Amino acid sequence: MEFSFDKEKNKEKIEIFRMFVEQNKEDKGALMPVLQEAQIIFGYLPLEMLQMISKILFVPMSEIYGVATFYSQFSFIPKGDNIISICLGTACYVKGATIILEEIENQLGIKAGNTTPDLKFSIDSTRCLGDCSLAPVILINENVYAKVKKENVKEILQKYRDEV
Amino acid sequence: MITIEKLEQIKNYHRPFLEERLKESANTTIKDGNIALNDLYYNKQTRIALKNCGIINPGNIEDYIAVDGYSALANILMNKSKAEVIEDMKASNLRGRGGAGFPTGKKWEEAFKYNADQKYMICNADEGDPGAFMDRSILENDPHSVLEGMAIGGYAVGADQGFIYVRAEYPTAVKRLKIAIEQAKELGVLGNNIFGTGFNFDIKLKLGSGAFVCGEGTALIESIEGKRGMPRTKIYRTAHKGLWQKPTIINNVETYANVPVIFQKGVEWFKSIGTEKSPGTKVFSLVGKVENAGLVEVPMGMPLREIVYDIGGGIQNGKKFKAVQTGGPSGGCIPEHLIDTPVDFESLGKIGSIMGSGGMVVMDEDTCMVDIARFFLEFTVDESCGKCIPCREGTKRMLEILERIVEGKGEEQDIETLETLSETITTASLCGLGQTAANPVVTTLKYFRDEYEAHIKDHKCPAGSCKSLIEYFITEKCIGCGMCAKACPVQCISGKPKELHIINKLACIKCGACMEACPKKVQAVIKR
Repeated sequence: MEFSFDKEKNKEKIEIFRMFVEQNKEDKGALMPVLQEAQIIFGYLPLEMLQMISKILFVPMSEIYGVATFYSQFSFIPKGDNIISICLGTACYVKGATIILEEIENQLGIKAGNTTPDLKFSIDSTRCLGDCSLAPVILINENVYAKVKKENVKEILQKYRDEV
Repeated sequence: MITIEKLEQIKNYHRPFLEERLKESANTTIKDGNIALNDLYYNKQTRIALKNCGIINPGNIEDYIAVDGYSALANILMNKSKAEVIEDMKASNLRGRGGAGFPTGKKWEEAFKYNADQKYMICNADEGDPGAFMDRSILENDPHSVLEGMAIGGYAVGADQGFIYVRAEYPTAVKRLKIAIEQAKELGVLGNNIFGTGFNFDIKLKLGSGAFVCGEGTALIESIEGKRGMPRTKIYRTAHKGLWQKPTIINNVETYANVPVIFQKGVEWFKSIGTEKSPGTKVFSLVGKVENAGLVEVPMGMPLREIVYDIGGGIQNGKKFKAVQTGGPSGGCIPEHLIDTPVDFESLGKIGSIMGSGGMVVMDEDTCMVDIARFFLEFTVDESCGKCIPCREGTKRMLEILERIVEGKGEEQDIETLETLSETITTASLCGLGQTAANPVVTTLKYFRDEYEAHIKDHKCPAGSCKSLIEYFITEKCIGCGMCAKACPVQCISGKPKELHIINKLACIKCGACMEACPKKVQAVIKR
């Protein structure tokens, strides 16, 4: 899937981010917070921004790439407006979380880890979300859906489809 | 500046409000100044680390002060020397609640010994074990207890900077910690010249970014330094050379939450709870196929049976108990004949499992132990940082073998290969993740070898869980109602009304919808 970074459209965000990097450049271990901020502001790590970080923090691109690929929260492709996280922790797994994941994948026509072409949904399979007593659990944005059944998936997704 | 008198004033002023509020909600009892939650579930527990959870408002520092919060810190700063604090910690024998059980006092003493211009206190809140959520609960519901514990530790070892490393998956915990740190600084229990004693202590939050291995101490330090979270070769202990090569203490959330209480109520009181070698309590997250899932805090040494049956209420839906998995991906599965094992560091170690951070996943007869081993291996393969070859490559090979076995393509020598690989990975890996990665396989092989053999030799899954090895079948009991055919997502069931229906095994995707659709009174569809 190809996504291009629109510098014009993101002008303001880029400026906010540049300020953040400048403010933190003296801190020891600044790379992690800076990457985390980029992930929050842009929803992913655009190559152009990584190059900017490299220049301001004096960290080679190779090292930035090394760190960014190590942690699962960083992404090189944009995330959808709605991020669906399916917990595959032990408790949810035992209670059939893979069936729920399959159903969501079928409904959206993409596999876990990807974003729909209309940028509406992303699917993540995550480690334990810490709501084991409510297994199986899925998280859409910040809403927790507990004890999810396969039959309910379509209805749950529809709510987010209808949102403008 | 805050003084002990002012702290006392806040407490006296605020306590009646707290008690009033609790009376209204009517789910607590106040006895001899102690507040406890009412409910049979809580009555059987002994709450120390969780004592304030569900009672105080975590967004309000006065609530914490009203239950004697920060009084231990005040008392220590005014009346105790660093050496005395460390002596008390050693005497209490509080052991690290993050998993390995290293004595906290000893750790502190070591960092205290070294002279350095800067020392650090780190709180490991990178709770990553699937099935464990006690640290999240403490951070969200009683953040100040962790801050106070860190400040006490900071005073003892001579550190003035603390870091809390929280995993990114816990946004609420991060939010509440931010508020708590702000309030503590505003009041002056964190910051410069605390209680006018000249002691400075500041705490910063550091967020993780979704790497399980960062729960390992040295990997966590690397991550705070802004690098890939890969464990270090342990030439030095972190208490000697840790963060930025300075003496660093890393303790777990639950450990810190225990610290203020020990100093409030005394070492003797703490030692009277639990066992001799593992005093105090441990919080477990009791989850899986148990009737009452949730967090339970019990004295160390309580038999597993009591936790699962007396507190957890036994197995869901009247099914048969099969195993308890403790310690997350580093732990092991404990079978039924060992269910009377007391839960403490030594006893669990003896039977091949570990305490770990306290995850306790209950499994019933429908859970396939080979598949569980495969599940955990999948986790470790994903989370192995790739530094040590035995862990990076070995776990992958083990996973491939396990995947083959659950698909019914296991071979005679597979069990032996798994055992050799387990040994190599355990001995030749640098950090705890690798050293314990094989535990789920080792313990299931030890206690459930027959299940492996059934998969390999008879191509059967005794638990009826491995899809490739089961088939659905309609028995003579069928009344021909057609419910199953209607429910089948791939239309592979045929049959005339009121006649026996048949499943086309070649087309069947083994989803089990037919079995669920078959009327309860009939139960003609079986899995075999």
